[in-house]
Amino acid sequence: MNSPLIALESISKSFAENNVLQNVSMTVNRGEITTIIGPNGAGKSSLVRVILGLITPDQGNIKRSKDLVIGYMPQKIHIDPTLPISTCRFLQLANTSHDACHKALDLVGIPEVKNTPFHKLSGGEMQRALLARAILRQPNLLVLDEPVQGVDFNGQNALYGLIGELRSSLNCGIVMVSHDLHLVMSATDHVICLNHHICCQGKPEQVTQDPAYLDIFGETALYNHHHNHQHSLQGKVSDDGGNHQHGEGCQHD
Amino acid sequence: MAAIINMGKGANMIDFLIYALLAGLGVALVAGPLGCFVVWRRMAYFGDTLAHSALLGVSLGVLLNVDLGIAVTAVCLLMALGLVALDHQGVLALDTLLGILSHSSLAAGLVVISLLSDVRVDLMSLLFGDLLSVTKADLWVIYSGAGIAILLLATLWKSLISITVEPELAAVEGVKVARVRTALMVITALVIAIAMKIVGVLLITALLIIPAATARRISATPESMAMVASLVAMLAVVSGLGASWYIDTPAGPSIVISATLAFCLSLGLKQKG
Repeated sequence: MNSPLIALESISKSFAENNVLQNVSMTVNRGEITTIIGPNGAGKSSLVRVILGLITPDQGNIKRSKDLVIGYMPQKIHIDPTLPISTCRFLQLANTSHDACHKALDLVGIPEVKNTPFHKLSGGEMQRALLARAILRQPNLLVLDEPVQGVDFNGQNALYGLIGELRSSLNCGIVMVSHDLHLVMSATDHVICLNHHICCQGKPEQVTQDPAYLDIFGETALYNHHHNHQHSLQGKVSDDGGNHQHGEGCQHD
Repeated sequence: MAAIINMGKGANMIDFLIYALLAGLGVALVAGPLGCFVVWRRMAYFGDTLAHSALLGVSLGVLLNVDLGIAVTAVCLLMALGLVALDHQGVLALDTLLGILSHSSLAAGLVVISLLSDVRVDLMSLLFGDLLSVTKADLWVIYSGAGIAILLLATLWKSLISITVEPELAAVEGVKVARVRTALMVITALVIAIAMKIVGVLLITALLIIPAATARRISATPESMAMVASLVAMLAVVSGLGASWYIDTPAGPSIVISATLAFCLSLGLKQKG
């Protein structure tokens, strides 16, 4: 029961000679919320796709627990309006039971949209519907890619509250991607600060003190991002003379 | 005596008409659901490309003395799989690839046909269909092809809807996305091969997308859209053939015009879902 749900060991992946992930190791345990943060283009979504099994890493090992069931909530989704599909039907793609779908919609707080065409949902409703689909397969690992994108401030708090409840009600591990630690601070057990490699990791309060974290997110941390190294459009750390500091366990030059 | 001969001739004509009608209805039946996927997945240009390559299939079939249906299906399949492979490389945008394959295969088909100097190939019937020349053997081919296509669509229906809605979610939920996608390509190639006889190379995509687009107006679920699309396509076949019979217009184009009229009428209805 206490073996990790998924363990990544020294994962590397490059696309067209772009080293998107370099030597990334992480484990996710049941009942634990891990948040991956990092600037745009830092490889967060690629790391998520490795966890999901959607992309195969060039190097490294992945150990999945035998009973692993993943519920995935993508960043956003576009459904062509020519495809007529109600929200309930959309959920039934994950679990054919009508009842289960209605319960899931109740749980995420949008029971009223079950007959609404999916492409007509508002941004916040759509995020909740995606979360509902993620939990419908009774997952023991929830993977949430920027779960509160496009949701207003109050909605964000409510969603994070809901995610925290799901952790205990489903007793599942949760991996969450965010580009902003501020909101997830209270709801997360473990933070991984990613910029192709793992810059630093630990409990949220440790990470926010970590020089490597501050280097990426800046002294004033969460609202203004000061960089002492520049990121190119691809998210590469441009040459800054090697004067950014490294966190513990950071192995790149 | 003369009366008997006349009667015989009349019966023959009725046979032709019934064969044509059955052939058209068989294709229409499968064009409905498949056409929905063409619309949902924005594959219209893909359908065109396969249809254009069908001409190459015909000319190669004549050249190598292979059954035309098999030759067309084979070339369409190769073209579909080639497209998947090229698209996977991601060097060029998909519409550019489609444009290259579509027009080069059309050109190659025309060149090969022109080289077959001793064989007369009726280009018009290839391009616009030749419904009124359908034989009993054609009917067998059409119904077995349509049957296989419908069976595959029905079996894979849930997976097909799932990868159309969101392929990554489908993959995480255990759908074999690449396999299902390839199956859809194969089905499309198959249907294009059998539909060629009905509406011809140039109009196949119309028979796929116009009924589906018409059905969208009055459908709130994927299944009802597929069924309504089949009905619209069948209606178009019946009225197109009717026009062809009574005012002597070419059958394939008349069918497409009937479908277009239905689409125009549907614009007056309130959009569902």
